[in-house]
Amino acid sequence: MKRSSESLQIEITRESSILLIKLLGEVDMRSSPELRNAITSEWEQPCPRLIIDLSSVSYVDSSGVGTLVEAKRHVERTDGRLILVNLQPRVRSVFEISHLVQFFTICQSVDEAREA
Amino acid sequence: LLELDLSSEATVLPEVRDQVRDWAAGTGWSEHQIGEITLAVDEALSNVIRHGYHNQPNGKIHFECKMIDDAPSGRGLQVRIRDFCKNVDLSKICGRNLDDIRPGGLGVHLIKAMMEKVEYRYAPGGGVELTMQKSMNHVAQDASAADEDSGSDQQDGGA
Repeated sequence: MKRSSESLQIEITRESSILLIKLLGEVDMRSSPELRNAITSEWEQPCPRLIIDLSSVSYVDSSGVGTLVEAKRHVERTDGRLILVNLQPRVRSVFEISHLVQFFTICQSVDEAREA
Repeated sequence: LLELDLSSEATVLPEVRDQVRDWAAGTGWSEHQIGEITLAVDEALSNVIRHGYHNQPNGKIHFECKMIDDAPSGRGLQVRIRDFCKNVDLSKICGRNLDDIRPGGLGVHLIKAMMEKVEYRYAPGGGVELTMQKSMNHVAQDASAADEDSGSDQQDGGA
């Protein structure tokens, strides 16, 4: 399934025990509500693991980071795990400066996240 | 000089980021610093739209960015963002404790980490003017350290 705003494309794949969301573009104040809606909507059918692939995200601001914090809390309320994958250096630096690298589980690849 | 008159809509942000990136690339900033400058500008404008104008799209924002010789450590840039918001209390403009992890409250931390000097003041005639400076040799630092080092005023972040 694909959802998109002008600056962000969201690709959603559901596997047996994994919800995989791949983001492409920029996660900012404008596109964060779309991401929040997508996660909330998909999580109406909870599963053990939500993997968010950020390999194609070129930019994230505090709105985007806040949306991911909210998503992690949301997923954990149903005993799920949220794993972020493949943060590009510029995106990772925002998480580092915000003291959120330890808060999130971050993997280098989707395959690693499947096993984490 | 990059000068823009903007409306208080999130839809303007991608275009502003593009213009800031282009301007910074043409004035000698590194790719890494361009990312920092762009993020600080984006966060500052997001705060005005969200907290100043409460997401109402009919507000005005004046933005300008220019190179200066008297940034804190020499040559650098100065960004000024002037809004016309009413009833803003500068004393309440602050980010959250970074150890209190929750959505929201990160914007001002990011601004202060990316920029070397950050000052908010009431603008003549109403509204708030934010001035941010960054020297050519400045790179982002840890956000909590930035809070202690930069400027006297704070603004609520917009995460």
